[in-house]
Amino acid sequence: MFGRDEKVSPVRLTAVQYIVLGIFLVLAYGLWRLQVMQSDMYASLAEKNRVRNVPILAPRGKILDREGRIIVDNYPSFTALLLRDSSRDLSADADLISQGLHLDAKDVKDRIRHFASMPQYQPIYLKDDITPDELAFVESHRNELPELDTIVAHRRLYPRNGFMAHLIGYVGEVSEEMLNQPRWEFYNPGDVVGKSGVELEYNQILMGKNGSRRAVVNSRGREVERLDETPAESGRQLKLTVDLDLQIAAEQALGDKNGAIVAMDPRNGEILAMVSRPTFDPNDFAVRVSRDQWSKLVNDDDHPLLNKAIQAQLAPGSTFKIIMATAGMQEGIAQDMHVICNGGATFYGRYFKCWVTAEHRSHGLVDISKAIYQSCDVFFYTLAEKLGIDRIAKYATMFGLGQKTGIDLPQEVSGVMPSEEWKLRNFKQKWYAGETISVGIGQGAVAVTPIQLARAIGAISSGGMLVRPHVASPSDYQGNVVPANVPERTQIPIDPNNWTIITDAMANVPSPLGTAGSAHLQGIDFAGKTGSAQTVSNALKAKTANGKSKYKDNAWFVGVTPRRNPEIVVAVLFEGGEHGQFAARIAAQVVKAYVEKQRRQPTKVAEKSKKVEIGAVWNSESPGGEDQDRLQGGHFSIDVAKQRLPLAVAAPGVQ
Amino acid sequence: MSRYISFRDFDWLLLIFVLLICGLGVLEIRSATAHTKFAGAHIKQLYWIAGGIASMFVVSFINYQKMLDGVHWMYIASIASLMTVMIFGQKYLGARRWIKMPGGSHFQPSEWVKLILILAVAKYFADLHQRELTWPDFIKAGAIVAVPMLMVLAQPDLGTALTYLPIAIMGLFLGGVHLKQALTVLLLAGLMMPLAFHVLKPYQRERLTSFMQPEADSQGSGYQVIQSLIAVGSGGLWGSSAASQTHQAFLPVPQTDFIFAAFAEEHGFVGALTVMLLYFIVLMRLTQNAQTAPDRAGTFVVMGVVAVLSFHILVNVGMVVGFMPVTGIPLPLMSYGGSSVLFMFLALGIVMNVRMRRFVN
Repeated sequence: MFGRDEKVSPVRLTAVQYIVLGIFLVLAYGLWRLQVMQSDMYASLAEKNRVRNVPILAPRGKILDREGRIIVDNYPSFTALLLRDSSRDLSADADLISQGLHLDAKDVKDRIRHFASMPQYQPIYLKDDITPDELAFVESHRNELPELDTIVAHRRLYPRNGFMAHLIGYVGEVSEEMLNQPRWEFYNPGDVVGKSGVELEYNQILMGKNGSRRAVVNSRGREVERLDETPAESGRQLKLTVDLDLQIAAEQALGDKNGAIVAMDPRNGEILAMVSRPTFDPNDFAVRVSRDQWSKLVNDDDHPLLNKAIQAQLAPGSTFKIIMATAGMQEGIAQDMHVICNGGATFYGRYFKCWVTAEHRSHGLVDISKAIYQSCDVFFYTLAEKLGIDRIAKYATMFGLGQKTGIDLPQEVSGVMPSEEWKLRNFKQKWYAGETISVGIGQGAVAVTPIQLARAIGAISSGGMLVRPHVASPSDYQGNVVPANVPERTQIPIDPNNWTIITDAMANVPSPLGTAGSAHLQGIDFAGKTGSAQTVSNALKAKTANGKSKYKDNAWFVGVTPRRNPEIVVAVLFEGGEHGQFAARIAAQVVKAYVEKQRRQPTKVAEKSKKVEIGAVWNSESPGGEDQDRLQGGHFSIDVAKQRLPLAVAAPGVQ
Repeated sequence: MSRYISFRDFDWLLLIFVLLICGLGVLEIRSATAHTKFAGAHIKQLYWIAGGIASMFVVSFINYQKMLDGVHWMYIASIASLMTVMIFGQKYLGARRWIKMPGGSHFQPSEWVKLILILAVAKYFADLHQRELTWPDFIKAGAIVAVPMLMVLAQPDLGTALTYLPIAIMGLFLGGVHLKQALTVLLLAGLMMPLAFHVLKPYQRERLTSFMQPEADSQGSGYQVIQSLIAVGSGGLWGSSAASQTHQAFLPVPQTDFIFAAFAEEHGFVGALTVMLLYFIVLMRLTQNAQTAPDRAGTFVVMGVVAVLSFHILVNVGMVVGFMPVTGIPLPLMSYGGSSVLFMFLALGIVMNVRMRRFVN
């Protein structure tokens, strides 16, 4: 062992000792420099080291409509906060503070404890939008509670009565669990961030950067000298694709009926209006919402926080027949198919009724066109049988059903488009051919969202151009992370003949020939498809019905104008609306508002009724003779009525 | 070969100086945390020290040569434990460093990995024997340290990852690295710097830039640097009786990373220099133990401890006096914290172990 196990070089060991000595000398010099050479300077700095940091809160960017009209604004308010730069025991003052600010003492103590490990300069925000008497409390307790202060905060002003609430979303204090996610890693506790809707999706754009003001405070916490100020950087404005006038029309059209409306420009995917009911008022919950209020909203059976336009997954009912018709014609089956509808037919040993039996009539001889505008179930049962589930699923999937549309809004759901493979994967069961029959009329396992339906039928009306919907205008949209793996536009081949037949049939729907005659719009090329979808099985309905609205059919309508290459597609879901034509009337109101706005735009002469002087010449019979016309001339003054709906200036409640 | 191992050969002098430093640390923790929510931390620290001393005695009786024989297993176990942190670790403030243990306590494997690295590097170089260090040896030795280092870096914990570096440097230096090799690696490292800066997390980058110019961000990262400088500077020659930086909570976490700043404020240049002297004595005593070690491996083990301890002092005190950026490395023996105290005493246990066997062979 002696020979091989050489000792480590003693020279190097000694060298290490000298290196350590060198390090210590350098560190000792560092101490000498600070503590002996510059000690006076630092002593006076320590004396002055009672600098208080008061944050200056950055306002969030406004949210505007496509024409720059304000939808979401800010208003100044006072926020009470605790500054943690003094050595005071904050918990001891918590009782007095909570009394004066009308807060729960336990909540205040919890917050103080929660912030204990944060840096000193991080204040604790206690209450937003304090009342004048709370402000007076802070002012009158400056001496007893030097750590309590107020700052000006810019609170969000949302449109009133829940107008557009689901699309806009709301803001709130960033939660602890959010801070642990990579996306929010660099935010600070107390930061106010978007929690849903575009407020969340575009938080990066909307949120500003807080500044701060430094001041010297005396030992009692009073400011004696102002030092410097880092101004806050306000957030950027966000322009939406929404048209405020159309949004107003859509909100009014749906009224307080449960359901949703999506209006989209199928040429580029711009969302023009989006409504969901029931709604909530984001102004109601303060930025720091109390726990009770919150759980009340979350646990409400009507789910007011749910954006049904992108989050309701329901059977599409007969609106699905447009997908069926496209599939049937593209596969060369539906063109020459003729079916005699006697109010029902038997498939795989089971009798399937046509809706028309409820009116004690039948459709008789039906071709594809009549099948669409009369919504004949028997025709589509037969077509479904011939196509088979997988071919149906192929077309439905191609047009984006059963998958997320990729809209730039959080928490979109995907819906369901069943197929043999889907059933095997999810239920470990074989697909039964009988199940295909119900799928043919948009029942069974098919579940779609209103936005999916608007997109799919918009694409068919546009000759197969499927677009990805979005709510922010392109410049802002590009800056954000693209939400899903959905291409911006996809061209799906549709034969021009088939396209013409389907779109013409759809144009007959809101006419005396079709299922939505009462939604007819004079002078507007309005086309669409009705649907009514069962929410529970007929058997269950028979047992519990007795006119309970809970189990009433959902009414659907997806409409476009003009019928081919439309400028707008409107999908309406009217929950418990029973018949598609009731949804169609709602859609018609939106389409009418759109067309009227388009028509008036080139000539902006909207003033009050006024007299217009005109000159004219005309022929008239001469009073004496029968065979001679006489040219006459004259000067008139006529009343020109300009009584039209005024355009909106800003969202309701934000002017 | 076996010989009676006795406490007579225990390095009592070393232990006395170590305990003196610990004592000063406990007093400073008590003073710095009084009237804060951390009050009573010094009592906990005393328990940690007692536990540390006990484990030091236990470790000193397990023959370090036996430990070295099994070091591969320990090395594999330490890699596995770092892997566990990566997968199951508790995420706290954006970093995954801790494993939650039953009973509510937390375990930070990167600390004890340091100890195993000291042993692994010692074993590697002790087995090399030759004076000349070839490039493959160089790279293999580097890899032993680099693998766990990169894993800790990924947590991300830049501070702890850096503490692995001196183990490798010390090993290479004593293992007979050439000047040419050292210069090549230094040059390469210099070229990699901009790249490394790019990989750092934003908060780490911020700390580095705030060290270069603390005034630029006097409320964020620069805040700690400035407050620390003011604390040390205002201590003066004999210490400040008010010690307002520490007692009025301007100095962040005065009981852990900035304990030396707190001590320097309260006890001035004289006090700070005394502590430095104590550390110097401990280091010199350790080096002496390395020289008298029974074999090559023993020398490497003890010098590994010297490397880690000196590096901690250099970085921590350097940070406090403004020579080094804020990296979150505690001052061993003084800073409050169980992991750090336990590591130091376990390391001392191994040193004692080597010393007690100096007459074997």
